[in-house]
Formats: sequence, structure tokens, C-alpha cells
Amino acid sequence: MDINDWRGVAVITCLIAFLTIVFWAYSKKNKARFDEAANVIFEDEDEDKKPANREKRSND
Amino acid sequence: MSHSNASALEHPTYDYDVVRKFTIATVIWGIVGMAVGVLIAAYLTWPELNMVLGNAMNAFIGDSIGVDFRQFFHFGRLRPLHTNAVIFAFGGSALMATSFYVVQRTSQVRLAFAPLVPFVFWGWQLVILSAVITLPMGWTSSKEYAELEWPIDILITFVWVAYIAVFVGTIRRRKTKHIYVGNWFYLAFMIVIAILHLVNNAEIPVTIGKSYSAYAGTVDAMVQWWYGHNAVGFLLTAGFLGMMYYFVPKQAERPIYSYRLSIVHFWALISVYMWAGGHHLHYSTLPDWAQNAGMVMSLILLAPSWGGMINGMMTLSGAWHKLRTDPILRFLVVSLSFYGMSTFEGPMMSIKTVNALSHNTDWTIGHVHSGALGWVAMITIGSLYHMIPRLWGREAMWSTKLINVHFWLATVGTVFYIVAMWVNGIMQGLMWRAVSADGTLAYSFVQAVDRSFFGYALRTLGGAIFLVGMGLMAYNFWRTVKEPVTSEASANAAA
Repeated sequence: MDINDWRGVAVITCLIAFLTIVFWAYSKKNKARFDEAANVIFEDEDEDKKPANREKRSND
Repeated sequence: MSHSNASALEHPTYDYDVVRKFTIATVIWGIVGMAVGVLIAAYLTWPELNMVLGNAMNAFIGDSIGVDFRQFFHFGRLRPLHTNAVIFAFGGSALMATSFYVVQRTSQVRLAFAPLVPFVFWGWQLVILSAVITLPMGWTSSKEYAELEWPIDILITFVWVAYIAVFVGTIRRRKTKHIYVGNWFYLAFMIVIAILHLVNNAEIPVTIGKSYSAYAGTVDAMVQWWYGHNAVGFLLTAGFLGMMYYFVPKQAERPIYSYRLSIVHFWALISVYMWAGGHHLHYSTLPDWAQNAGMVMSLILLAPSWGGMINGMMTLSGAWHKLRTDPILRFLVVSLSFYGMSTFEGPMMSIKTVNALSHNTDWTIGHVHSGALGWVAMITIGSLYHMIPRLWGREAMWSTKLINVHFWLATVGTVFYIVAMWVNGIMQGLMWRAVSADGTLAYSFVQAVDRSFFGYALRTLGGAIFLVGMGLMAYNFWRTVKEPVTSEASANAAA
């Protein structure tokens, strides 16, 4: 294969990698764990200091 | 700003001592770096000033000991001092302070490798002090933003490895299941800066204060701008995005708009930034294909940049009213607007036909400061105002009113600065390319310099306004720390 074939392979590999990440991030299966991760920053507070009516946002 | 009540400040879980030290360092180096910036902006407005400090020092001591001090205070010696102080001393300390704070609070454990922690702080301060001494002396490897000579480069390497070890060690012993996205950005910044530093500073030492680059000619230029652009992309962008992903949701008291978008944002941003450096070398001896690749990658970069900006901004959806009462949140959100502006401007300037006008003009300086003052400094200031009361066990900053005044000074100062440079830059570009009917250049270079005077004066004023704001911050900080601690407040410090 000459270098131009490798260039094509590189482009397609990057595209597949990108699409894999997008599908992984937005798959239904992972929704709960990412919602949980988004709230990690609030878990270090004492109960009484947590903002009372902070809504839990789900990622849609 | 030493604290007599150190025991009251000890947090049961977290190591806040190093965070407090880096926070103080951030404010001090911010003021020093920006003051040098205002000074050299004044030099460019009134070039006679180049000699004033040197002459005064000569009269004071230089003449009697036979040293000409004018060299130490000249623009060429102070400009790298300004850039190193604001990027690595102010920005670096801010990243170290916030990354240590965020990684502990999102992992819910104390920093790992406790003996290395003071080394990271004092080692980094020693690097900065070496820069403050050697750069005015004229020690330089001549690489922009990597001017420090080889002995300091080696010290940086040791400090950096210790920094990464502490950060990664802390993540490894985390009590939480997830590694929060902010930590991903911080880690990308640390790893990439390590690689950039080692590759770009490959050099052959000649004496203790002089070395030559291992690369030559065009390759040297490409390595330099691969470094330079990724220092922007990873230190000034990814690192501060790590800050954004923690402090914006935290201050807004709402989780990030879309955690899933943040994942796509992360991988897209770090994989595209790597290839954009070629746009610094348009119309140079760099092969055309490499210039074009740099331009195309810069254009693609708009997508992840704006993805991150939108993610931060939309975190406030449904809570926009908080901006009316909370100047800290205002700092954070306005920094995102400047981030959005400069990440639109950057790709536009990387288009070769636009670059033909903008290259080497003040437009570039304006673009950099739109990012540096508007994005980097303002997100840092917002994050510091969030952290300081928590670090010193106070309910809030001493004066919210002063934060608000600081906010307006910072915003107005930044806008004066960038507008002055846009006008100057476009004017310079147009004057340099103007051709008379007979084919000769319509203007000499010095005519463009002469016409730039007003812009230079306005830039100096804008920078000075921004600097005054930093002074207010230092005062507010000092008053917050000096405030007597109530038993209730010290109990909250542990929270």
C-alpha cells in the first residue's frame, strides 16, 4: 500500500473512533451512570448544606 | 496572608494547605505579571519609557558598580517575563490550586504522595523565581513561551512529574465511582504539557545559561508552533475547561447541562487541537500542505470549542436570574462568552486569506488577550472567589460589592484592550498591503506605527483597568482572611 491508502485508513479510523464515542456517550444504557457522574460534585457537601431544591437534571 | 489559626483551618479529609498556598500565589503572580504587562504596553505607547527605570537604577547603584541597568528593563527583556509570569506563574498556579481542590473534592480523598505535595508548590515557585531573575538578564532559548534555559527546564520536568504523580495517585485512591469530567481535562492538560515541554525543549547546552535547539530551520519552527499552539490548547484551554466543569455547575448549584456532551467535547477537543499549530506559519517555508492542514484543523476546532462553551452556558438554563445577584457566577459566565468569541475568532484568523491581513499585526495580540483576560483570567477569578471562603472557613467573601466592581473593571478593561487591538491590527494590515498606482508601497512601516499610537494608549488604559480590578481582589481576599473566625464558621470549614 502506498502512503495515500494509509491516509484514507487514518481518516476512516478517526471517523469510526468519533462515532463510537458519540454512540457510547449517548446510549440509553449509559444514561444512568452519566447522570450519576454529573452529580458527583455535589456529594462532598454535608446534608444540611446541600441546596434544598436543586433539581436533578437528566441528560437528554 | 499567613494564618495564625492554622489548626482551625485543617480539613479532616482534604489537604487544603497546598491549595491555599497556590491560591495566594495565583493572586500575587497575577498582579506581578499583569503589572509588567501594563508597563510594557506603556513602553509601546511611549518608547522613551524603556530607559526610565534603567536610568533611575543606574543613578541609584548601577553607575557606581559599573553595571548598565537599562538592559534589564528594556522591552525585549521584559516581554518574555510578562508572558511567562501570566501564563505559567498566574495560570500555572491557578491550575495547580484548582486541580488539587477539585480532584480531592470529586474523589473524596486526601491528596496522594503527601511528601511530594510541598515539592510541587515550592518547586514551582522556584521555577517562577528563576524566570524572574534569568529573563531580564537575557538568558533565553529564544523559543516563544519556552524561553527558560535548560537548567530551569530540567527543574520544571521534575516538578511536573511530581505534580502528575500526586494528581493521578489521588484519582487512583478515589472513593467515588466516576472520574469526574473536570479531572479528565486536568489530566489531559498535565500529560500534554509534559510531552510538549520535553519535545520542544530538546536542546544542546553550551554554558549554564545558553543552549541551542536540537532542531533546525523549518522543522524548528514547526516544533515550536506545535508546542506554542498546544500550550494554548492544553494549558490555557483544557486546563481551564477542567476548572469550568467544576466551578460553573457548583456555583450555579446545578449539574452540568449535558454530561454526555462533555464526553464528546473532551475527546473531540484533545484530538483536534494537536494538529492546528501549522496556522502560526502561514506563508512561511513550511510546506503548503502542512499550512493547509493547520488551517482545516483550526476550522474543525470551532465545533468542540463551542460544544464546551454551550455546555457551560446552558448549565444556567432555568437559573439565569442568579446572574443578577451573583457576581461570581457572572465572572464564570462572561468568561465563557469570551471563550466563545475567541474560539470563533481563532479559526477565522487561521484561514489563509484572513491571515494574510492579520499576521504580525496587533490583531493577533488582541485575539490572545481576548482569550487570556476574558477567558483564562476571568474563569480563574470566578473560581478563586468561589474557593477562598471555603478554604479559609468563611461564609462568603468579605465584600460582594467589591467582587461586582471587580467584575465591571475586568470586563471594561478587556473590551478596551481587544477593541484597541482589533482597530490597530486591521489598520496595520491594510496599510502594509496598500499599493500605489506605480506599484510601490503606499506607506512606510513607521507610518503604520505612528498611526497605532491611539490604540496603544487605549490598550495601556484597558490593561491598567484590569490590573486595578486584581488589586481590589487582593484587598477583598486579605479582608476575608483577616476576618475573625466564629466557631460556627470554623465548623463550616470542615464541611
